[in-house]
Amino acid sequence: MSRAQPRRDALWMGAAIAVLLVALLSSRWWLGDTPGQMHFDARLAAPSLDHWLGTDALGRDLWARTLAGLSLSIGVGSLAALIGTFIALGMALLAMLGPRFDALVALVIDTLLSVPHLILLLLIAFALGGGTQAVIIAVAVTHWPRLARLLRAELLQLRHAPYIAMSRALGKSQCFVMVYHYLPQVLPQCVVGALLLFPHAILHEAALTFLGVGLDPSQPAIGLLLADAMRYLSSGVWWLGLFPGLGLLLVVLSLERLASHWRHAL
Amino acid sequence: MQLIATFAVRLLRLALVMVCVAAVSFGLMMLSPIDPIDAYLGPQMAQVSPEQRDLIAERWGFNEPPVVQFGHWLGQLIQGDLGVSHVYNQPVSEVIGQRFKRSIVLLGSAWLLTTLVGFALGVVAGAREGSLLDSIISTYAYLTASTPAFWLAMLLLLLFSVYLGWTPVCCAGPTGTLSQDVGLATRLHHLILPVMTLALVGIATITLHTRTRMIALMNSNIATHAFAQGASRWDIAWRHGIRHASLPALTLSLASLGELFGGSVLVEQVFAYPGLGEATVAAGLRSDVPLLLGIALFTALFVSVGNLLADTLYALIDPRMQKVTP
Repeated sequence: MSRAQPRRDALWMGAAIAVLLVALLSSRWWLGDTPGQMHFDARLAAPSLDHWLGTDALGRDLWARTLAGLSLSIGVGSLAALIGTFIALGMALLAMLGPRFDALVALVIDTLLSVPHLILLLLIAFALGGGTQAVIIAVAVTHWPRLARLLRAELLQLRHAPYIAMSRALGKSQCFVMVYHYLPQVLPQCVVGALLLFPHAILHEAALTFLGVGLDPSQPAIGLLLADAMRYLSSGVWWLGLFPGLGLLLVVLSLERLASHWRHAL
Repeated sequence: MQLIATFAVRLLRLALVMVCVAAVSFGLMMLSPIDPIDAYLGPQMAQVSPEQRDLIAERWGFNEPPVVQFGHWLGQLIQGDLGVSHVYNQPVSEVIGQRFKRSIVLLGSAWLLTTLVGFALGVVAGAREGSLLDSIISTYAYLTASTPAFWLAMLLLLLFSVYLGWTPVCCAGPTGTLSQDVGLATRLHHLILPVMTLALVGIATITLHTRTRMIALMNSNIATHAFAQGASRWDIAWRHGIRHASLPALTLSLASLGELFGGSVLVEQVFAYPGLGEATVAAGLRSDVPLLLGIALFTALFVSVGNLLADTLYALIDPRMQKVTP
C-alpha cells in the first residue's frame, strides 16, 4: 500500500488540476465577450452579488476578466513550457554527440544563465517586437538551460552503461542509440521538467506583461490587469489589485505542488 | 597554488562567457524591428528628410554589415565607452553608475536579510521535521515561492502606504527635493517596503534548501551519536547543523543574485524607485539600445561574479575541500 499510495495521490491530484486548468483555459470561449463588456452605471464598483470581484474603471467585470486572463496565461505558459522542454531535450542530446558539442552546449547554457532571467526576457521580447509570440519565444528560450543541465547530467551517467556499449558494439547507429536508449531514459525527467517549467513560465509572462513589454494591451492578461490596478491603488481600490494576483497565485501554486508530487512519485 | 590555478581558469571562463553575452545581446538588438534612427529621433521623425537620415546612418555606421558594427562596439567597449543613452541624455556608464548606487542599497539590504532570515528559518524548520513550526515555515516558503514579486509589492503598498499611511507611496525620497538633500532617515523610510518585498519573496529558496540539509543531518549517524551522548536537539542544530548547512546556504544565495536582480526590476517599477531596474524598463519601453546593452552586460558581470564567488568560497572556507582536491 505504501508504495502505491504516492503514485495514486499524484494521479488524483493531476486529474483534479487538469480539470481546473482545462476549465480555466476554455473559459475564453464560454465567457464570450463578457470580459470586454462595459457597464457605465457600475464603474470601479466594489465586489457585490452582481459583480463578484467588482469592476474596473470602465465598468468591466473583474471576475470575467480574471478568468480570461488566467486562460491566456495558461495557454502562453503551457506553450512556452513545451517549447522550452523540447529545446532542453534537443540540447542535452546534442551534447551527447561528442566533447566539442558538449563544450558548445555548456557555453550556451552558461551564457544564458549569466544574464538575469528578467533582463534576458526583456532583451528577447524587445528584439522580437513584443506580442504573444515574442513572449512565448522569450520565456521558452530563457527557461530551458536548467532543465538541459539536468538532462545532460542524467545522460552522461548513461553513456558508459554496459547495454549502450553493447548496442554500439553490435553496430547500432548514433541515431538508434539516441532514440531507443537515451530518449526513453530521460522522458520521465522531461515530463516533470515541463511541469516545473510551467508555473515559472506563467509567472514570467505575467511579469513581462506587467512591465509593458509583453502581451498585446488589448487582451485582458493578468499582468495588464495588475498594471492597470496600479493606477487606482492610491485611491484605495483594492479589488483590482488583489483578485487577479490571487488567481495567478492559485494556478501557479497548484502547478508547483503537482510538479513536486510527480517528481517524488516518478 | 592549486587554488590560484583553478581560480584563473574560472576567470578565463568568465571572460569567454562575457564575450558571448555581448555577442548575443548585440545580435538580439540587431534583430529588433525597431529602427534605431526612428527611436533616436522620436517625434521629430517626420521633420527629417531621407538625405538627413542617410547622413545619420552613415555617421553612426548603420549601413555597415552587423559584424563590422559589432567590432566597432566591442572596440569601444574595451576602452570603457558604452555609448550615450538617449532616454537620459547621458553616457551609459554614468547612468548605470548613478542608478546602481541607489539599487545596491536596496539589493544589498534585501540580500543580507534574505540570507540571514532564510537560513535561520530553514534551521528552525529542519531541526524538528513535522513539528508545528516546521509546517508553518514550510507552508510559508511554498506559498511565497509561487507569489509574483510585483503583486506582493502592490499588496504591501496598498496596506502600509495607502491604508495605514506608515510608509511613503513611491520613489527614493519626497517628490520635489533633490536627492542630495534627502536625509538618511528619509532614505531608509523609503527603502523599507521595497526591501521587505524582495526579502519576503526571496527567503523561500534558502529556507527550503537549508531545511532539507538540516533534516538530512538530523537523520544522520552524527546526530544519532550526539543524541546518544545526551545532546538536545537544539544543541545538535547549533553545533553541527549550522556548520553543515551554512556554506551551501551562502553559495545558494550568492548564486541567486540574478533572481534577486530580476525581482528588483519589478519592485522598483511598483514603488517607482529610481534604480537600475527602473532604468532597464525605461530603456526597453523607449528602445534605448545602448543603455539596454550596457545594462545586460553589467548585470551579467554582476551575476557571474556572484557565481564565481560562490564556486570559490567553498574551496576557500571549507578546509576539507582543499585537501580533497588532487
